[in-house]
Amino acid sequence: MGGFLSFVKKETLHIVRDPRTMLIALLMPVVQILLFGFAISTEVNNVNVAVVAPRPGETIRQIVMRIGASSYLTFKGFIPASDIDRTLRAGDADAVVVFADDYDRRTADPASKPDGKPAVQLIMDASNTNTAAAGAGYLRQLLTNPEAFKAAPETRLLFNPQMKSAYNFVPGIMGLIFILICAILTSVSIVREKETGTMEVLLVSPVRPLRIILAKMIPYFTLSCLNLASILLLARYVLDVPMSGSVAGIVGMSLLYLALALALGLFISTIADTQVTALIISAILMLIPLIMLSGMVFPIENMPGILQAVSCIIPARWYIDAIRKLMIEGLPFADVLDDFFILAAMTAALIGVALKKFNDKLE
Amino acid sequence: MERAITAEGLTKRYGSLTALDSVSFAVGRGELFGLIGPDGAGKSTLFRLLTTLLAPDAGHAEVDGFDTVKDYRAIRRRVGYMPGCFSLYPDLSVEENLDFFAALFGVRVRDNYDLIAPIYRQIAPFRTRRAGRLSGGMKQKLALCCALIHRPSVLFLDEPTTGVDAVSRNEFWEMLDDLRQRGITTLVSTPYMDEAGRCDRIALINAARILGIDSPKGIVARFDEPLYALSGERMYELLLAARQSPGVRECYTFGETHHLIAEAGFDPDTFIGTLAGKGFRQVALHPIGAGIEDVFMKLMHHGE
Repeated sequence: MGGFLSFVKKETLHIVRDPRTMLIALLMPVVQILLFGFAISTEVNNVNVAVVAPRPGETIRQIVMRIGASSYLTFKGFIPASDIDRTLRAGDADAVVVFADDYDRRTADPASKPDGKPAVQLIMDASNTNTAAAGAGYLRQLLTNPEAFKAAPETRLLFNPQMKSAYNFVPGIMGLIFILICAILTSVSIVREKETGTMEVLLVSPVRPLRIILAKMIPYFTLSCLNLASILLLARYVLDVPMSGSVAGIVGMSLLYLALALALGLFISTIADTQVTALIISAILMLIPLIMLSGMVFPIENMPGILQAVSCIIPARWYIDAIRKLMIEGLPFADVLDDFFILAAMTAALIGVALKKFNDKLE
Repeated sequence: MERAITAEGLTKRYGSLTALDSVSFAVGRGELFGLIGPDGAGKSTLFRLLTTLLAPDAGHAEVDGFDTVKDYRAIRRRVGYMPGCFSLYPDLSVEENLDFFAALFGVRVRDNYDLIAPIYRQIAPFRTRRAGRLSGGMKQKLALCCALIHRPSVLFLDEPTTGVDAVSRNEFWEMLDDLRQRGITTLVSTPYMDEAGRCDRIALINAARILGIDSPKGIVARFDEPLYALSGERMYELLLAARQSPGVRECYTFGETHHLIAEAGFDPDTFIGTLAGKGFRQVALHPIGAGIEDVFMKLMHHGE
């Protein structure tokens, strides 16, 4: 056992003495959580709105006040109709609301028949489709006269009523970070021993190579547990993610995912001979599909059927799904059992394949 | 004599390339046995076969009485191996490296310190320095300590002196000599012919085959033809002209001079006269004794 501990110590020294590894392992999770939580946001804020109103009456003034009061919209002032094009081109406004001459009269009298001409028009700068779509949505809601649209459905947003994107990203980042630290760093550190030739010396020794590799995984596993704790704390207390489900469930699910990531790292190390190859395999086989197909960024429901099928073999998809359910919807663990079993089966299969491929000779 | 290493018909192929072609030899217990040959001769492949890192395509080998394929775990417990490339952890200190390799073999450094003491004493002043910042000679001494820490019965050293300065090389060979006194069998490879003389016996290896096995003296004694050292101006033209001259069997560059193997009836004075007629002045020719490299060249040409 003393031998095993000294292997763990040696691996820990490798990590602690390499500033790049430390940076990736400790700083990146925090930076990513904060970046996605604050800076990178899919919410659209500060849509600049200009207004064209030839005869601004009481209704229009009220609407303008509501635009000014909205945290999503910024009122940029009244402009003449001839300036619409120039204002949008110059980027002084993202949206222009054009009121008809007789807007007040038409809206004041609900009985007046539409004469085919619209009373109000929205002109959007759609070069950023997100801003345009979201801005148009906000403005439409604001302009909608509740009296005239009694049949409009009431929408209630459960679990994330403010539609905060952080809620969506935290599980995604957890899925990404544990793969990065456990799978990629572990595989690179195993392959480094092959590349520098120390693996030859390790093999020509009485110790079974798998014990050495197990010892290698322990520091990375510990690091990931630290990160899990810091991510959960940051999410709860800095990003105000509700954590309405059981924390034990989240931790249990994450530990299973860590085991899977370590097995993945071992598997990559059995097929790569150099650190560069290990990185390329990791990037192509894991990171790109993980970011694109796991549902972290793009909703799986919107993908074409074939990509939906591909996403099923990406472990992060099931993990992110489970963490969303546990963390944001607050479902009991029983409701993520299917995710749990799929991940457990994947872990067992990966460990099996990696052990079968692992070789205590050089070829 | 009891044998520590035996190899019979060892063959290893990488695709269409034959790295070792039915190599057979035996090393007696306590012997310091040298494998001498240029880069790419197959030395490292032979080491990897004997240290059980590779399995042979044909033939078989025994180390310390154990078969390298069937009993490879037993062999891994009792040999020390220093691969051709630097095989320590550059980010760990001298001490940490030694502790790690001791733990790897399940021993404590202090239990076997007597064996490595003469070597470790030289690097002890740098014990807290990272192994990556040691000089080439120091690195090899540390690697030797790490390979010896578990008191192996057979030691495999693959080109331990490559890339090491002349003084350190000499020190390194003195250590190997010391280990031989302690009864450790050592198989060592080197591309430097001048180091061959420090072994008990040597095998000359080239292009996947063993050319000859003997003691260094015995190898040199195999050279039974008159050998001359030739020097003068315009060395390259001189080499070409000498090869054309009558009575010259072979002429090749050897350091700063050319070595010339003469046929029967070769007369040095006539030879110099012929060259002078071709415009070569200050040509010096004197008989010399053959070295291992001369034997190597001769055996190599025989093979072709």
